[in-house]
Amino acid sequence: MNLQIAALLAQDGLTNGAIYALLALALVLVFAVTRVVFVPQGEFVAFGALSLAALQNGAVPKTIWLLLAMAVIATILELVALARRRAAARAYMLAVAGWLVAPALVAALLWFAAPLKLALGWQVCLAILSVTAIGPLLYRIAIQPVAQGSVLVLLIVAVAVHFVLGGMGLLFFGAEGSRTPAFTDAMYQLGGINVSGQSLYVYGVSALAIGGLYWAFSQTLYGKALMATAFNRVGARLVGISPNFAGALTLTVAAALGAFSGVLIGPITTVYYDSGFLVGLKGFVGAIIGGLVSYPLAAAGALLIGLIESYASFWASQYKEVIVFTLIIPVLLWRSLKTRHHEEDQ
Amino acid sequence: MTTQLAVDNVSIRYGKVEAVHRISLAVGMGQIVTVIGPNGAGKTTLLSAIMGLLPFHGEIRFEGQSLANASIEDRVENGLCLVPERRELFAEMSVADNLQLGAFCRYRRRDRTIRASLDDVYALFPRLAERREQLAGTLSGGERQMLALGRALMSKPRLLMLDEPSLGLAPRIVKEIFHTIAALQATGVSILLVEQNARVALQVADTGYVLETGELVLSGPSAELAHNPRVAQSYLGQSA
Repeated sequence: MNLQIAALLAQDGLTNGAIYALLALALVLVFAVTRVVFVPQGEFVAFGALSLAALQNGAVPKTIWLLLAMAVIATILELVALARRRAAARAYMLAVAGWLVAPALVAALLWFAAPLKLALGWQVCLAILSVTAIGPLLYRIAIQPVAQGSVLVLLIVAVAVHFVLGGMGLLFFGAEGSRTPAFTDAMYQLGGINVSGQSLYVYGVSALAIGGLYWAFSQTLYGKALMATAFNRVGARLVGISPNFAGALTLTVAAALGAFSGVLIGPITTVYYDSGFLVGLKGFVGAIIGGLVSYPLAAAGALLIGLIESYASFWASQYKEVIVFTLIIPVLLWRSLKTRHHEEDQ
Repeated sequence: MTTQLAVDNVSIRYGKVEAVHRISLAVGMGQIVTVIGPNGAGKTTLLSAIMGLLPFHGEIRFEGQSLANASIEDRVENGLCLVPERRELFAEMSVADNLQLGAFCRYRRRDRTIRASLDDVYALFPRLAERREQLAGTLSGGERQMLALGRALMSKPRLLMLDEPSLGLAPRIVKEIFHTIAALQATGVSILLVEQNARVALQVADTGYVLETGELVLSGPSAELAHNPRVAQSYLGQSA
């Protein structure tokens, strides 16, 4: 291997790593706030990429039907819960507005905007929006009813959601893979090494997204409320932060990050309805390096995974996935030796 | 005097064990009411149930509304607030963030006077103002109690429930905290105070209840309670 190749591999690795980093951050966030190991994170990636591909063809992403169905179910669940608590009329109106009208508006927007074949930037926004809207609904329907359960119960639910969403993906997008066009075809020379504009794009927007997250969680009260829930659930409830509110908001952020990653990965590799899982899993390995608690370590771990994967594909391309996933064993060993034992739950 | 909080025939059980048995008590508007009693009498359990952290049998009404179906968040939203024994601060966050989060409900309903409340809390506890950027987990015990109180005040409660505010604090700090509690009453906040330190509690309270092994054994104006021979002997360390 010469320097030229090494640099190219590093560039590829960092591009993928940046995407894994976004997923790793989403996984750490979801786990911290809701205690769910969020297996279906990868589905958001596939949905994001495939929704964008559909929009590229002027087609309406069929996920809007999922969105509408989920909105109806979530609204019924919410209304039943309100009736049991004998809530005031205003609460019913807010529930219908939030759980039914808002997702319906998103679906309608996609329905009307899709055939217009808007500019790529708008299509990206629409694709991310349509997937993001699924996040809170998923929390309301699948996780909130078992939110008090043990980590194991939550994990089982997460696996179930993964299979259901994977099946939905096949139904909506078919078995065909899609590749979305690159955001830019520009190529730059940097000290004799070719750097693709697409990679720079990925680095730039990933860094922006991470910076945005950092800002949101350190400067905005809603972000702080999520952190507070992650740090001390009882304390958060005592100041009026509902765990359900925090959970729904967290899954919204996770869905947005997933869809965003999907849009970024779309031009790099052909995405199938089930590609998300593997991508998400690599983010998960990154998150594990951070012990599912540290955001910077998770992001760094994910970058490392990207690099290892890239070099592995050069030296032993058949074993690249094996190498990446085998890595989790020494990492877990190291972590189990290093961290003191945490009491289960709470 | 209008009753703000009415606890009526409330029993609370942990599984098969009944921790609190058919308790009734009332907090009048603007009053300080204290519940004293030994360890394990069920004082914390009672506050937890009023706050919605534990299920209960019986009836609890806050400002006329039944709390049977209200969540913890609803209670905070409606002006009920608990400072628990364990404080439950956000140790990994700064003092300022902890206080800001105390006003979360008000922020959600776009209350514009949060800033003023923050200044009020800093005026009440200048020590917190000095340490506003410090992480809550690095504060001393007394400062933590001040922060817990301050965070609770940020929600603008009309009834504040305090669980053992003197626990583990130096006498000088206890005095300071109770001085603050008395000052809060002057601003119109009602207070339900649970204490093992009966002496200071009865000094500051209008009405007192004595809770022993889950049952109320005595109640009355705190001045009278303080002179009750049984209270004097068991809780104030005086010979009868």
